[in-house]
Amino acid sequence: MTEETVLAARNVAKSYGQVHALKGVNFDISRGQVTTLFGENGAGKSTLMKILSGVIQPTSGEIVLDGQPVSFANANDARDRGISIIHQELSLAPNLSVRDNIFMGREIKGPTGVNFAEEDRQVRALMAELEEEIDPATPVEELRLGQQQIVEIARALSVDSRILIMDEPTSALSATEVEVLFKVIRDLTAKGVSIVYISHHLEEALTITDHAVVLRDGTMTAYAPRAEIDLEWIVRNMVGENYDLGSPPDSDKGEVALSIRDLSVPDPAGFDLVDQLSLDVRAGEIVCIYGLMGAGRTELLETVAGRLKASGGHVVLEGQEISHLSIAERIARGLALVPEDRQRDGLVQTMTVGQNLSLASIARFTRGLFTSSRDERKLVDDSIRQVTVKTSGGNAGIGSLSGGNQQKVVIGKMLATRPRVIMLDEPSRGIDIGAKAEVFRLLAEGAKSGLAVIYSTSEVSECLSIAHRIIVMHKGRITAEFDSSVSKEKIMAASGESVAA
Amino acid sequence: MSATTTATPAKGRQMNIGRLLLEGRAFFALIAIIVVFSLMSPNYFSVGNFLIMSSQVAIYGILSIGMLLVILNGGIDLSVGSILALSGVVAGAMMQGVELNSLGVILYPPVWAVVVLTLCVGAAVGAVNGVLIAVFKVPPFVATLGVMYVARGVALLMTNGLTYNNLRGSEALGNTGFNWLGFNRLAGIPISVIVLGTIAILAGLMLGRSAFGRWLYASGGNERAAELSGVPVKRVKITVYMVSGMLAAVAGLVLASQLTSAGPTAGTTYELTAIAAVVIGGAALTGGRGNVRGTMLGAFVIGFLSAGLVIIGVSSYWQTVFTGAVIVLAVLMNSLQYGSGARKG
Repeated sequence: MTEETVLAARNVAKSYGQVHALKGVNFDISRGQVTTLFGENGAGKSTLMKILSGVIQPTSGEIVLDGQPVSFANANDARDRGISIIHQELSLAPNLSVRDNIFMGREIKGPTGVNFAEEDRQVRALMAELEEEIDPATPVEELRLGQQQIVEIARALSVDSRILIMDEPTSALSATEVEVLFKVIRDLTAKGVSIVYISHHLEEALTITDHAVVLRDGTMTAYAPRAEIDLEWIVRNMVGENYDLGSPPDSDKGEVALSIRDLSVPDPAGFDLVDQLSLDVRAGEIVCIYGLMGAGRTELLETVAGRLKASGGHVVLEGQEISHLSIAERIARGLALVPEDRQRDGLVQTMTVGQNLSLASIARFTRGLFTSSRDERKLVDDSIRQVTVKTSGGNAGIGSLSGGNQQKVVIGKMLATRPRVIMLDEPSRGIDIGAKAEVFRLLAEGAKSGLAVIYSTSEVSECLSIAHRIIVMHKGRITAEFDSSVSKEKIMAASGESVAA
Repeated sequence: MSATTTATPAKGRQMNIGRLLLEGRAFFALIAIIVVFSLMSPNYFSVGNFLIMSSQVAIYGILSIGMLLVILNGGIDLSVGSILALSGVVAGAMMQGVELNSLGVILYPPVWAVVVLTLCVGAAVGAVNGVLIAVFKVPPFVATLGVMYVARGVALLMTNGLTYNNLRGSEALGNTGFNWLGFNRLAGIPISVIVLGTIAILAGLMLGRSAFGRWLYASGGNERAAELSGVPVKRVKITVYMVSGMLAAVAGLVLASQLTSAGPTAGTTYELTAIAAVVIGGAALTGGRGNVRGTMLGAFVIGFLSAGLVIIGVSSYWQTVFTGAVIVLAVLMNSLQYGSGARKG
């Protein structure tokens, strides 16, 4: 394999005040190869990518493009030199057509305004190159997510990008769409385009990458070609040696606390997101629901919590039917949900840490007409101690906390309602490994004192931690049920995910 | 007032002078206005003048407290000016006597009944707003814009475009006392100012100390999160629009009483003044941030500024320009305060 380095970072560091996001990283990108960047949240991946794509400037160190040291003034400067970045959240205007999106901001102008015919021709050529049949006049909102990703790639190619940075491109794609994307990536690399790939989905990334780079705490901990590495190598380098998310606690399993019977949830388009699903969870038991994006996990949990309406079936909490109750009534009966997206559904950003913690249990410190600030402070202080939030106190702004601590606030808020059953939708999303372990420890402690716990995840390793039982969901149904001794391969096979080669 | 909580994140102990000026801007603006006009006119700085100005501020102030609740919820209420007029006209009509054709009698309800019924009318119109917005998901701007026209139209229809001039009632009919609201004083303080103060304190207590206040801040800050935490977000929404409508009716009664007449064109553009007061008071139009203290300061800034301009003899056209400039300045400072303070988690 002849390797030619097109873009390299030399000793690049970036500090924000006292915080060192990157501490002298060396990093090479070879022509026509896929280089994958592994690392936990906060390891510095996005900072490095932003530096390489010119969005921010490094504090020290240099960037070498084709052997020449360069510095990018801004993202447009980097794009003009052939470096494009595709962000995790697609930056397309859904109301505009594919053609208008691709040429947004640099329309081809003719004597009578925009030359749509020429733009059209170029888009068709690009789409033919990517072997994707998308009509240039289609509005982007009518495309599937995978196709929208292709449009983003086409936009990057239309400016003759030689280096394409992709930040979590598969996080919202279905398995078949991932296949298409990977085919496109292989075609691109065959044409000499270099790809930098960031993904949390380790198994998936391993199937496409040529090189692996692992970042931890702003330093590069490992670098190796694909042939020399496996999943375990990545995990070990990502998190260090002590990688332990705990084991199932020895809790006494009591009566059935939550019983879901033949629950169905309809999609506006017609088919069922959750399809006649039944599940019993006993007090003191921890159940993990594993499934890919779109398996119906979130819909299941939100329906049980009362957010979505079921089209059929029952939810029974400790022997009592609760399907007809409101969210507030279900919380009062002891059923709590920690939602998936804590920024959107979990936290009130305009309120303090304390007000967020006490939000779901206001009744507990209301005396007559007014709230008692003394009782509230006690509740807040107890919660902060119980879920170990690192904060200067209940009056701190919620935005001052790190992702992991924000997640603990959301969990603490629901635990303060003294639930009998707690459901957590992807509780580990976007938090680092330390916080992840603490969250799982909290859940295990809850189970020991008789709490029934259900959590969902899309990372296999998290199933094999504290859960007594692992449920695999696929297309709204339970496709398999395992105990904690199962292997990762079996779980992944049951979820409809092809096992990494 | 300790009852009002500021939703501003605490910024550590060392509060620098710039931050202090920024956060107390409405207060300093009010002080500046009072100082400048006192220097320019000897008539400005007197207890008598302050009380007269305050009784004018009362109308806007009452409206802006209702508007604050709506804005904290992340909405807007454009219909308060029209509800004010409609309430005045309804009260006026009742003072003239309600003719029951089927029975062949004319009823003259006592003043307390007029007041109660008028408040109910205001709350009912507000409830229409609330139901449109919370249940039928009509955007607040559009829903209240529609209700603004309808309420104004109904007020015009009821009077045929004319004004009720005689609201004094008569001894013989037992319905005197309507002008008490607008003209009387308790311990030298106009009743309208006392009404404003009472409403402000009640609203402050509600926002700062009651569960409902916490629900309101939470659902305005992040409705989805509030809903998942068990906050009855629909009920909160309908309630704030009802309260806003009811406060508009209170303002309508006070205005009708001050003028001893009730016309269908009263209160035009008052909703904009109320929004301005809330914004100058530091509330965020996106919801979740703001308090009664700020809104009251905002109402007094607008009221004392325009009254001062009248006293020193500036043309009323210039008043409009000044008010506009103050609003723009306030919004600029709001984005400075919330823009720099916010950090993405």
